[in-house]
Amino acid sequence: MPLKGEFYQRDREWHPPAYTHDYKTSVARSPQKSLISLDQTVSEITGPRFGHSDIAALDNDLIYNYAGEGQSAIGERIILHGRVLDENARPVPNTLVEAWQANAGGRYRHKKDTYLAPIDPNFGGCGRTLTDENGYYFFRTVKPGAYPWRNWVNSWRPAHIHLSIFGTGFTQRLITQCYFEGDPLLGKCPIVKTIPTQEGRDSLVAALDMNATIPLDTIAYKFDIVLRGRRSTLFENRLEGN
Amino acid sequence: MVQKLEYLKETPSQTAGPYVHIGLAPGAAGFDIYERELGQDIAGPNAKGERIRIEGLVIDGTGSPVKDVLLEAWQANADGIYPHPEVDGDVEEGFRGWGRVITNFETGEWGFDTVKPGCVPGRNGSTQAPHINLWIVARGINVGLNTRIYFDDEAEANAKDPIINMIEWENRRATLIAKRGERDGQVVYRFDVYLQGESETVFFDI
Ligand SMILES: [Fe+3]
Repeated sequence: MPLKGEFYQRDREWHPPAYTHDYKTSVARSPQKSLISLDQTVSEITGPRFGHSDIAALDNDLIYNYAGEGQSAIGERIILHGRVLDENARPVPNTLVEAWQANAGGRYRHKKDTYLAPIDPNFGGCGRTLTDENGYYFFRTVKPGAYPWRNWVNSWRPAHIHLSIFGTGFTQRLITQCYFEGDPLLGKCPIVKTIPTQEGRDSLVAALDMNATIPLDTIAYKFDIVLRGRRSTLFENRLEGN
Repeated sequence: MVQKLEYLKETPSQTAGPYVHIGLAPGAAGFDIYERELGQDIAGPNAKGERIRIEGLVIDGTGSPVKDVLLEAWQANADGIYPHPEVDGDVEEGFRGWGRVITNFETGEWGFDTVKPGCVPGRNGSTQAPHINLWIVARGINVGLNTRIYFDDEAEANAKDPIINMIEWENRRATLIAKRGERDGQVVYRFDVYLQGESETVFFDI
């Protein structure tokens, strides 16, 4: 297959800027010089591929993938599902989606998390899956709790699930966070507010999806993910005189 | 009014946060959950070419090492071939071209073992010097940072590299060049990344 075209330029006014004063950790970790824009080459247009041999069947089920025999994670049982699309609204099939989150009490299974909410012995907090041929993915998990963090003295993260997505080219690599409809902490979070527009912030809020719930079992939220779109052909030869 | 363009907007990026290890390197977070963690072996056992190690620190604007970084590498094999369906040519069995590492929680040091990549094609018939594409995420980094690792023993190829040459400030080009050394008979390159300030690494908008 010949090399296809470039990915569309990333809209840097839509994404958070590097320096966001109210999210304090960004202050010393943000480049001050301009990013150097480059015309994509094979190095950027290609990227790693993953297959079913890389993951296991239960990897997308956070309720059971760390639980002991006959046990399950504690919390509100949810399905998080949606599609991975590109900016041309085309599905991105067979791409790796990785997720991580706090437990229902807002505590991460991580040696650096010292929040006093308890560890759930049956909850690891990470999962991964490949999208199907229509770009569809789903996770089963428990709804994560809000948790406090050191930014201002009294800062609380809204409930969220961290997501990592690959796409087909290294330019499409993305990490983001999925929030939940109706969370009162959304408007107060400096990390949410790194995104410049309300429209952009809203695009990270998963919608309660009653049609996808399993009655008497699991509630559902829908979260579509959009990766950078792409031209169909590589326009690299300059026209004469150009 | 004009016609509507039908494009979707890319999902906005958010920081990977302090607990990125749970999702992408759970062993480092302190628990084993997967049969196989992804990204541990970039080149595989059959890769041709010179075996190398690359090590470094990621340093913030105060001069302190950042200790909760995750880095991902993407590279071609020694023949300059990326393992991707749109690229002509095959790579060695087990050559992934991709890997991820985290920094040591105490020291901030990171390092990965791989093979030195070959030259890869550039645009308009040019040739790119051997390089590894690097993507850096961490708490406090709102959008993952892209940079490239070049090699100081490839001076001739580097001098002709179209990406290096595109950087207007010649004194900043050195920030992309790893320094070759040796330890216990193994080739070790040093590549420190400066997020901010006087010696700030060149980051690309790709
Ligand atoms: Fe978090």
